[in-house]
Amino acid sequence: MPSVRPALADLRARIGEIDGTGARQHGVLPFEVRELDRRLPQGGLSLGALHEVAGGGQGAVDGAAAACFVAGIAARMKGQVLWCVTQADLFAPGLAQVGLPPERVIHVEAGDDISVLAAMEEGLRHGGLAAVVGDVARLSMTASRRLHLAAKGSGTIGLALRRWRRQADASDFGQPTAAMTRWRVSELPSAPLPVPGVGRARWLVELIRARAGDSFDLELEACDGAGHLRLPADVADRSAATAGGRHIAVG
Amino acid sequence: MTVSRAQALVPDLRIEADDASADAAALDRLALWLLQRVAPIVSADPPDGIAIDSTGADHLHGGEAAMLEALAGKLALSGITARLALADSWSAAHALARHGADGVIIVPPGASDAALAPLPLEALRLPVATVAGLRDLGFETIGDLMDQPRAPLTRRFGAELCRRLDQARSLASEPIAPLRPEGLIEIRRAFAEPIAAPETIARYIGKLVVQLCTELTAKGLGARRLDLLCARIDNHTEVLRVGLAVPQRDPARLTRLLCDRIVTLDPGLGIEIMTLTATIAEPLVPRQAATSLLEETAPDLSGLIDTLSNRLGARSVFRFAAVASDVPERAIIRIPPLADTATPSMDTWPDHWPRPSRLLPRPEPIETMALLPDHPPRWILWRGVRRHVQCADGPERIFGEWWKRDAEAHAVRDYFRIEDEAGARYWIFRQGDGEDRATGSHRWFLHGMFG
Repeated sequence: MPSVRPALADLRARIGEIDGTGARQHGVLPFEVRELDRRLPQGGLSLGALHEVAGGGQGAVDGAAAACFVAGIAARMKGQVLWCVTQADLFAPGLAQVGLPPERVIHVEAGDDISVLAAMEEGLRHGGLAAVVGDVARLSMTASRRLHLAAKGSGTIGLALRRWRRQADASDFGQPTAAMTRWRVSELPSAPLPVPGVGRARWLVELIRARAGDSFDLELEACDGAGHLRLPADVADRSAATAGGRHIAVG
Repeated sequence: MTVSRAQALVPDLRIEADDASADAAALDRLALWLLQRVAPIVSADPPDGIAIDSTGADHLHGGEAAMLEALAGKLALSGITARLALADSWSAAHALARHGADGVIIVPPGASDAALAPLPLEALRLPVATVAGLRDLGFETIGDLMDQPRAPLTRRFGAELCRRLDQARSLASEPIAPLRPEGLIEIRRAFAEPIAAPETIARYIGKLVVQLCTELTAKGLGARRLDLLCARIDNHTEVLRVGLAVPQRDPARLTRLLCDRIVTLDPGLGIEIMTLTATIAEPLVPRQAATSLLEETAPDLSGLIDTLSNRLGARSVFRFAAVASDVPERAIIRIPPLADTATPSMDTWPDHWPRPSRLLPRPEPIETMALLPDHPPRWILWRGVRRHVQCADGPERIFGEWWKRDAEAHAVRDYFRIEDEAGARYWIFRQGDGEDRATGSHRWFLHGMFG
């Protein structure tokens, strides 16, 4: 968010330090999608912070789209990724296709949520990792605060992939946590193709909560082979016109 | 039987002289191999056995059954025919391994009496004269002896009989003296007063580790596996085993790994002797830290991996690697997190077809309506929910590995990637090619979820 007055920028940074946003010390990871980055308070996901991602609908249980979204974020970082799970159903070839090759991921299989959280905290405190991901169902305020502080101390990005055993438990996602942002990724019908087949996957990416920012939702095309999201072509045209930016004359 | 008679019975019989000392040395070598891999307390039990105290070590191998199965497999691979038994006491395991049924025997806790009852008297490791005397009195099995009044037995055969019986029924203790090979780096500390408080134990662990690291430094070694043996005053030994991904001799890190696990130690009435050994030590030479100003060095993750794998078990921290196999569930293998990632077989998976991000542990059967042989289903019924297929990709045909398994000589799977009306994308397959029954049952399964 560019600021005109230096005094205001300084104040904002000081407030940021107090409320633990931590973006100033560790920088941000932009999505490189202008529509998305523009609406995020720091112009991207702040590093050294905890972020929450969940799937919508059936995705709250299987967490497939959320896993791709998270893997795409981790893929665009540099270094090793620690991925802690309770159910070992991640398929490494699938992750490799969104840009996270197997030699970059260390998997940890823990017996329960508490061990997952402990392993995540251990990973976040270490500081040598690019990102720490954890599949957790229950994330209390205390636990998320601990993770967030650990991430803030080391500058590693923490990604809590919320995933529940039953659809009914997904209401837990409304409970407050200390995470910087909270995302919901739901699958949408893919881009229609002129021939029979499945097109590039589309997601409805909702930012449900962001500290010092507004929530929004956006229809996006799923991660490509390098973990980049993309604005669908039809939506891109529309939003450019409504935003009153560039006008493209089509003959 | 004399040699000449045996030779007459079996032509071309190979004769080898009995070499008791070589046998004992080989048994010791095998015991050392087990000590480094299975459990901290291992002892050779000449002439033909090895005793292992697996208490507190089985969970690192995935449970008792998995541990014995893996052990039997490894021994068979090295050409050793072994009989394995696991029971509450050394004596019971000793008896069952030698006189029980073939294969691997696991006696659940508290069931030793029932397992021992049908065994012959020789299983109790008694002198030959005692066994003969008991036979004369009509005793045939251990079960016959269990309910007998003990005083007359002791008066007639001495205290040995009842002692052996008690040891087998785990009424009397029989500690296993752990094997300590030559050259093993071992630090021992005996306490004038037994210690029990976790803080005290942690303090002495710190002191032992510092001494151990001094010795390791002098020899230019680093520890790969540490065993802490705590002898309690009630003649019971508590053990704590810590593994490391790479050789280490940093006292702070080793102390932390050991202290993390103090909660698993039961000090009972107090610990009187603590012994710390570097069961596996490997050469560790000093390295130059930063070699290049331009390249960023990769961060050292071994500390984190050690902490996690000692807390959760070594199998719980891993990395995936590719295996050259078309069958999806066989295309991945778990390797140690710091293993050299350049696998000899294949370095990456083929990228022609999309692969799901979540794969079900085993394919789940679904109901479908589909046009055979090569169309995707119109709808699927999975976990009680009917989903209409809007669009689909496929089939991607995967043949069974006929070169490895005879049962898969004709097996075929046709994979489809389908999308339902809500946009959820699934990976489903049909067993068989849709025409020939020999290729599969033609049933449909759901195997994974795409994002």
